[in-house]
Amino acid sequence: MILGIVAGALLAGMGMALIRALRGPGAFERVLAASSFNIKTLLFITVIGFVAGSPVDYVDISIMYAVISFISMVAVLRCIEHGGFTGDRDKEP
Amino acid sequence: MSILEVVSGVLMLAGALFVLTGSVGLLRLPDALTQVHAVGITDTLGVGLIILGLAIRAGPTLLALKLLLILAILVLTTPTTSHAIARAVSRYRSRPWKDGQGRAP
Repeated sequence: MILGIVAGALLAGMGMALIRALRGPGAFERVLAASSFNIKTLLFITVIGFVAGSPVDYVDISIMYAVISFISMVAVLRCIEHGGFTGDRDKEP
Repeated sequence: MSILEVVSGVLMLAGALFVLTGSVGLLRLPDALTQVHAVGITDTLGVGLIILGLAIRAGPTLLALKLLLILAILVLTTPTTSHAIARAVSRYRSRPWKDGQGRAP
């Protein structure tokens, strides 16, 4: 019951973050929405593991997801800050 | 229903409320800096509460230890990401959003 409520709230949050990532006017809004979406997806995987009755299998996936999402967000921000891999350094993306 | 289940349920419901609040802020606020203000705080707090509730529900097992490992990783990395985004915004946008400039689409 409580797990279902939490999973529903996480799904709603994922939907709102996805809407912001699709509609966001600038690159930074999209990056922020993608980061928030990553965190909520990670939590959703963990909660779904508890709902499915075998949380040990899902928690390992969540640990991997946490590390990978942080590294990918830092990589995307680095790419934006340095103006992409090639190109203009001082223009807003 | 034992006391631990009640504590776990209250923690998880509070975490879900925080996550919903942060998501509404992400959707409604007009600018990247204001959205960082909404999301960076409530995501860290809500994630911590939900994972603490799950760890209490799991009991003293290896599963709880792994959940606390996830919590440690997220508490370290979520504010770092928010800070990196805010620093990039402050570097590339000279003026932040002011009242009366209209909303984000």
